[in-house]
Amino acid sequence: MGQVVLKGINKFFDGVHAVKDVNLQIRDKEFMVFVGPSGCGKTTTLRMIAGLETISSGDISIDGNVVNELAPMDRDIAMVFQNYALYPHMTVYDNMAFGLKMRKFERSEINKRVLEAADILGIGELLTRRPRQLSGGQRQRVALGRAIVRHPRVFLFDEPLSNLDAKLRVQMRVELKKLHLRLGTTAIYVTHDQVEAMTLGDRVVVMKDGVVQQVGEPLELYNHPSNKFVAGFIGSPAMNFAAVTVTEANGSLIAENSGLRIKLPDETAQRLRGRIGREVMLGVRPEDLTVAGGADLGHPCFDAVIEVVEQLGSEILLDMKVGESIMVASVEPTAGVSVGDKLRVAMRPSRLHVFDPQTEAAI
Amino acid sequence: MIEGARWRKWVFFYVPMALFLLFLLFPFYWMVITSVRPDGELYRPWNSINYNPFWTWKPTADHVRYLFEETLFASWLWNTTFIALASTAISLVCGVAAGYALSRLNFPFAGSLGTAIFITYLVPQTLLFIPLAEIIRNYRLGDTPWSLILTYPTFLIPFCTWIMMGYFKAVPKELEECARIDGASRWQAMLYIVIPVAIPGILSAGIFAFTLSWNEFIYALVFLSSPEQKTVPVGVTSELIRGDVFYWGPLMAGALLGSIPVAIAYSFFVEHYVAGLTGSVKG
Repeated sequence: MGQVVLKGINKFFDGVHAVKDVNLQIRDKEFMVFVGPSGCGKTTTLRMIAGLETISSGDISIDGNVVNELAPMDRDIAMVFQNYALYPHMTVYDNMAFGLKMRKFERSEINKRVLEAADILGIGELLTRRPRQLSGGQRQRVALGRAIVRHPRVFLFDEPLSNLDAKLRVQMRVELKKLHLRLGTTAIYVTHDQVEAMTLGDRVVVMKDGVVQQVGEPLELYNHPSNKFVAGFIGSPAMNFAAVTVTEANGSLIAENSGLRIKLPDETAQRLRGRIGREVMLGVRPEDLTVAGGADLGHPCFDAVIEVVEQLGSEILLDMKVGESIMVASVEPTAGVSVGDKLRVAMRPSRLHVFDPQTEAAI
Repeated sequence: MIEGARWRKWVFFYVPMALFLLFLLFPFYWMVITSVRPDGELYRPWNSINYNPFWTWKPTADHVRYLFEETLFASWLWNTTFIALASTAISLVCGVAAGYALSRLNFPFAGSLGTAIFITYLVPQTLLFIPLAEIIRNYRLGDTPWSLILTYPTFLIPFCTWIMMGYFKAVPKELEECARIDGASRWQAMLYIVIPVAIPGILSAGIFAFTLSWNEFIYALVFLSSPEQKTVPVGVTSELIRGDVFYWGPLMAGALLGSIPVAIAYSFFVEHYVAGLTGSVKG
């Protein structure tokens, strides 16, 4: 079992309100990812669950028991830190065995569990080494092993992959996912990398300035962001935004600004009926923009001038000037385009997002 | 290293280096050569025909023998060792505990308390010995090793605390947090994780404290009076300079023998000691 419930959690640091009224239910066996920019309170929330920070107000319970006052050691959790936090004076074996020794496990049981974890992580031949003799990836595995041997109810990960180089990070990400499928232990994972959040999480919590912005499955966040922040944070390259005014012409709604004039598709228009004459924020993902061709007839289109062409191999990123603003489009690698080209860009009508410019909430 | 023509290397590196070494090592050389030079050579006038101050062809152990047979040098050595070890031990225990508390426990005024402790280290001993002498007299500790073992920590504890504070701050907090999640209490986390990781820092604090108390002069001069209680620095200078007569041979032999333990302490721990000063924690 490993169900974690956060009820009305607040945290103040010297008068700074770091975490604001967080309510969350993390289900048993779930892989929950906290994501957000630095200073958004995600790590603080994790540390409160771990018991490393006190809670200013609210309740944290694990499997129904409130753990607010419990010491970290009594919460039956294991944590993996960003800088690994391996004990430098101990061998890999002793690093992994330390938690079990502290809990007075039998020597034979300790041995069994350490070897088992080493086997899972493929670090069997490193057991007699010291942390400083290991590479970054190996250290990360040892840190994972130290958490696994304890068979805790909940794993807590604090940006565990951010000290690894890009290639290794992708590799360890896959291994973490496999590990979770194999062990089935509830995991709470903090990262600032939205790719990690999308790929690892069963559900993702997006935080900003101590406030939970949205909780949902990765695709739900991607397809239906609840506000402009989530829309801009999830997805890479980031969503394009344009401030437009809604007007009515011949019974259909038009969104326009200085460089843009598009007819809104019916489905979007429905939601904007009440906002004729007012400004809204239009959002469209780079991958939902295409170079207009015959097939896009009837799709909303606009003119753009290419400023930068970024070849990624599998796709091309076009930085385009649209009126006063810059938009990024991700197009097929076969598109023959070059800097300075004027072209007509089409957007997929069903993938248009609109946000309120004041509250930034999705409309 | 300096790059370029060979002569540049010589002018800017080897020659200055050699001069510096000469400057640094000459006093030691002088001490060694004087301590093995027979009295006949030592007191030879400078204008005599066979005057040769930098070398001797007839080295002798007479001065060392004189030290051990005619003076209480052996007891001075023992006194110094005992006093230095005891005061270092006391200071290390207090310094490690205080350094840990000041760097890791969040209590009000921890920062200003740390500064205050450091300021006490800056009070000159030449002023502090006067009130301390009063205390020593009141507790009837005068002329016993305890007068020094208990007063040396007045400057050693601030010193050790300050070094350990810096060192503990360099030990990543996560190590301790991880240990506490792993099931260790605060004490266990300190004992099994933080202190072993801080061993280089503790060693360097210990070596410094040992050296300071080994070489300490003014308290030893004031608080000890009988010859058999004295420490090496005080014993050598007070018993081997009689009036205006300097017993140069035994004096230098005493200085040499007195500096050997410190030299050993340094060279033995030098690796740890350097690591301690740079505060490196290999994670």
